[in-house]
Amino acid sequence: MEETARQEIIIEAGKSERRYWHDLWLYRGLFYFLAWRDILVRYKQTVVGVAWGVIRPVLTMVILTVVFGRLAQMPSGGVPYPLLVFSAMLPWQFFATALSESGNSLVANAGMISKVYFPRLIVPASSVITSFVDFLISAVVLAVIMVFYRHVPGPGVLLLPLFTALAFAAAFGAGLWVSALMVRYRDFRFIIPFVVQFGLYISPVGFSSSVIPEKWRLLYSLNPMVGVIDGFRWAILGGEHQIYWPGFWLSALVVGIVIVLGIINFRKTERTFADVI
Amino acid sequence: MSEPAIHVENLSKKYIIGHQTGQGDGLRHVVERFVRSPLAWLRERGMEKEEFWALKGVNLEVQRGEVVGIIGKNGAGKSTLLKLLSRITEPTEGRIRLKGRVASLLEVGTGFHPELTGRENIFLNGAVLGMSRAEIKQKFDEIVAFAEVDRFLDTPVKRYSSGMYVRLAFAVAAHLEPEILIVDEVLAVGDAAFQAKCLGKMGEVASHDGRTILFVSHNMTAVQSLCHRAVMLDQGKVVCEGNTAKVVQQYLSDVSRVEAVPLDDREDRDGDGSIRMRWIKVSGCDEDGVIRTNSRLRVEVGYEANGPVKFPEFWITIRDNESMVGLFQLNNEAAGGLPDTLPAKGVVRCETAPINLTPGRCFINLGVQKAGVMADYVQYATIFDVEPEDVYGSGKVPSRQRVMNVIRQQWSFEERRE
Repeated sequence: MEETARQEIIIEAGKSERRYWHDLWLYRGLFYFLAWRDILVRYKQTVVGVAWGVIRPVLTMVILTVVFGRLAQMPSGGVPYPLLVFSAMLPWQFFATALSESGNSLVANAGMISKVYFPRLIVPASSVITSFVDFLISAVVLAVIMVFYRHVPGPGVLLLPLFTALAFAAAFGAGLWVSALMVRYRDFRFIIPFVVQFGLYISPVGFSSSVIPEKWRLLYSLNPMVGVIDGFRWAILGGEHQIYWPGFWLSALVVGIVIVLGIINFRKTERTFADVI
Repeated sequence: MSEPAIHVENLSKKYIIGHQTGQGDGLRHVVERFVRSPLAWLRERGMEKEEFWALKGVNLEVQRGEVVGIIGKNGAGKSTLLKLLSRITEPTEGRIRLKGRVASLLEVGTGFHPELTGRENIFLNGAVLGMSRAEIKQKFDEIVAFAEVDRFLDTPVKRYSSGMYVRLAFAVAAHLEPEILIVDEVLAVGDAAFQAKCLGKMGEVASHDGRTILFVSHNMTAVQSLCHRAVMLDQGKVVCEGNTAKVVQQYLSDVSRVEAVPLDDREDRDGDGSIRMRWIKVSGCDEDGVIRTNSRLRVEVGYEANGPVKFPEFWITIRDNESMVGLFQLNNEAAGGLPDTLPAKGVVRCETAPINLTPGRCFINLGVQKAGVMADYVQYATIFDVEPEDVYGSGKVPSRQRVMNVIRQQWSFEERRE
């Protein structure tokens, strides 16, 4: 913090832009502590603790496998159905948790926001990180399932970090929007669970996106999670699960737009957070 | 070097209040308005709504190493000024120039999480206040020693007593090393001994390290003992500035310009209505009207009845605002002094001996009986503040959190060898 010793701060209406990114860097410690706090607190006073990070995705997987695989007899594309479901649930659960957590994050930290200065972007960002911890736990569960079915992924698995980054961007972008909107419109407290529930069915989580007719594939990929999930399946399952590249790039573009506009919107509304929260 | 540490120029902050009466601000209402008539919705967006200027054209300059007190009544704009200086919210107009690292302490324990232990919260709170991890580590032992919580470091703070909680929270903040420290009414919490310790720490920081401090408080004794200079705000403007003693004097005489509190509009009253109390006025008996610890109290009540009042009995009950504990009851029947019959319209006045109350807020319940029957009764008729006074001549003012009353006392000792 020495570098700030003789700094001069000028506060003027609408002119905080210049310092913002610099401040974001200075406050990186807070970013770390907020994520750390949320992780630490997350499973406090629960009996099974971190095991919840395993129980939740596994139970969802079982249900989706029964409903889509057994009852609806959806095609699995040559892999065990649980594996098909879990490889999609990994990014989906991450997205869903990150969306709910970051959506509520600003309001949950209202006390801090109205009493101390720091770049507010840190708050939703650190909630995404917190959700990422659950993602890592789930990834371990997936590895166990893969060993169980003796499934060996192809070289595509090396691209998994790329798809993870896309999932991260999608979650962060959506989180930025929702958290900023939640400050003014608490309606989003009710909208988010709905979107999350709904999204599970309109995204190819319980089924393979190959069941979507070819002519609708591109349109379907407007849902950014379609590109992310297809990417995950391609990287992990390989074989019949070929990625539909035009759709993937469209999803990536949508994510890009959401995140850029999300940051702009967040920055614009951020200065009044303390007044309306 | 002679450049000011804080330079505030024509600073204003506007809040929009009311926001179209009768229409909500939720998403539903926005959508609804949009669906009903898109054009009107667009127009409304550009429309100026009801405005409230929390600050208007404030100019202020604070030199390096100065300790400046900011005083003013509730709603004068003190907190808004601090929020702008600490960059929590943006000004609407004007400009602030700050030289050096700023830390603001608008609340103790911001960011504390009840589930985390004391140790974890020290790190978290430090980060919230802008300290780096290395800095916190380096100060850690000092913070723990200052807060006197070493035995409970690994206990979640939700199990702390409120005193411990506040001590820990303040300790973290007190060990910040900014060049400019902005402090709001944080010392209002905690017990008297700890308050004294905090004030001492702040004074030390200012005088030894040459830090600039902006200090907002209602505690005039603290302001006087700590600040070189004071600024008084009223309705968002600087109304008085300069030597602390002078500004504090001005503030106190402003506060004491008590006006009668009308009771006519109060619907929530009891009694048969044969007498109606129309207003109440509470002041100190001293020339400036301020109510201090040692002041004698004067309560005046304006009343009206449909005819002459026989055997009136006024009850004025004074209670502590926090705890609701009854402090005094002024009653003319018990104390005597009023004639048996009062005219149909008039003012009754009661003056007391010195109240000897610790600084804090009190409220009054007011009632009048006629021949044993309740004629009018207004709960919470008015409130008044007892301002701190250096009753012992030591600069130490007892706190309402501990006791209600002060008493003159003499201490002595004799040596005994047994």
